[in-house]
Amino acid sequence: MSDPTVADTRRLNSKPQDLTDAYGPPSNFLEMDVYDPQTVGVGRNRFTTYEVRMRTNLPIFKLKDSTVRRRYSDFEWLKNELERDSKIVVPPLPGKALKRQLPFRGDEGIFEDAFIEERRVGLEQFINRIAGHPLAQNERCLHMFLQDESIDRNYVPGKVRLYNGKTI
Amino acid sequence: MSFFSFGQSAEIDIVLKDAETRKKVEHKTEDGKKDKYFLLYDGETVSGNVNVTLKNPGKRLEHQGIKMEFIGQIELYYDRGNHHEFVSLVKDLARPGELTQSQTFDFEFTHVEKPYESYTGQNVKLRYFLRATVSRRLNDISKEMDIVVHTLSTYPELNSSIKMEVGIEDCLHIEFEYNKSKYHLKDVIVGKIYFLLVRLKIRHMEIDIIKRETTGTGPNVYHENDTIAKYEIMDGAPVRGESIPIRLFLAGYEMTPTMRDINKKYSVRYYLNLVLIDEEERRYFKQQEITLWRKGDMVKKSMSHQAAIASQRFEGSSSAEKALAQAQAKEQEQ
Repeated sequence: MSDPTVADTRRLNSKPQDLTDAYGPPSNFLEMDVYDPQTVGVGRNRFTTYEVRMRTNLPIFKLKDSTVRRRYSDFEWLKNELERDSKIVVPPLPGKALKRQLPFRGDEGIFEDAFIEERRVGLEQFINRIAGHPLAQNERCLHMFLQDESIDRNYVPGKVRLYNGKTI
Repeated sequence: MSFFSFGQSAEIDIVLKDAETRKKVEHKTEDGKKDKYFLLYDGETVSGNVNVTLKNPGKRLEHQGIKMEFIGQIELYYDRGNHHEFVSLVKDLARPGELTQSQTFDFEFTHVEKPYESYTGQNVKLRYFLRATVSRRLNDISKEMDIVVHTLSTYPELNSSIKMEVGIEDCLHIEFEYNKSKYHLKDVIVGKIYFLLVRLKIRHMEIDIIKRETTGTGPNVYHENDTIAKYEIMDGAPVRGESIPIRLFLAGYEMTPTMRDINKKYSVRYYLNLVLIDEEERRYFKQQEITLWRKGDMVKKSMSHQAAIASQRFEGSSSAEKALAQAQAKEQEQ
């Protein structure tokens, strides 16, 4: 006869976990790297590109391992697209560093090693925050940024969805 | 307060019958302090006496009548002038006349209805009090004594569990279950969270208890949310098929029973908020209302039960045991 004055605190029944689920690779694998800054061009037409590498097992991404080269303005483009189309609060980018682009500086301006490293870290933080966001993962612009060779600025914005495990 | 040294005044002191044995409970005052007050229940008779002590023993005190009131009222903080009295009882203790010496008056309000629980909230207050008044031409002398009322319930007949599957499509699917939908204030929430799909990097999971006080009606409804508790139930990243248990003891938190539309003026409701937080500090949550109710203290054992226990102690015989079993069966039937 159970005493109603003392609560029953025994655990609720649950299904035992499948061992392949318990010890297998997790379904949330997503690794993003921004590295290998390279400055291309000469004189006033120089700019720096960074390698953006993504490894994942999320079905929403077509490629499970992709590498592209992107410059700062490409990141700015992505931020603007997401701010306009998605409902998420887009994290901040590292600064534009306009002062560094003015003439008559004593140093290399935006091509200073220390500055490039600081910017690389900021871009890596930015893309990590975005790529893992469930709502950002639905945006066409993010997929193009991460997995297409080059960004087509005349693309048609839209959503990406999973259908039966395949991205459409 | 009279600033003139001549003239007579008096001090009033209200004493409840059985004040020594009656239970006192702590209740928060509006400024957050906690005080102890006598505890009364619905239907209980409120009786006692009032001592009117003359300040200057030689002089007389002329008065326009002495009365005792029992009042239950709701006060909305944004509308202080209007007190909504839902219980108002008066007993005349003395006709207009004069007091030549300090005097004690008895009063009794039989079987007083106290339909709602005493509540001091963020924007509204419901209180019960006794007020003794010596009416005079220029200024009355009065004294108030607050009492606290608790509303009690018994185990609900129907108390289904809460079980639901929620999530973000293709990202996170969970099934959560809480063993009941109605909990008493010293109860334990037993539940579990089962992960069906995990494509996010979750860092930890917690369960919060949120109290929502709603005041006002129609277009002027105002909600005040307060997080009473935050209780971490998981630290680390779960995978598919994992089941996380919940065991949350409510007795440790200061809560009231659920109050729905009290006198059409306010409500106090409680919600369980399940919150998952991922590696990038993003929060995913699911809120679910629960009903809280107040259980009466241990029922005083009936005389027959007490006698049966006593006889068993001294006799230790099978007849005493039988008497005990019979008394217990009777208790459960009631």
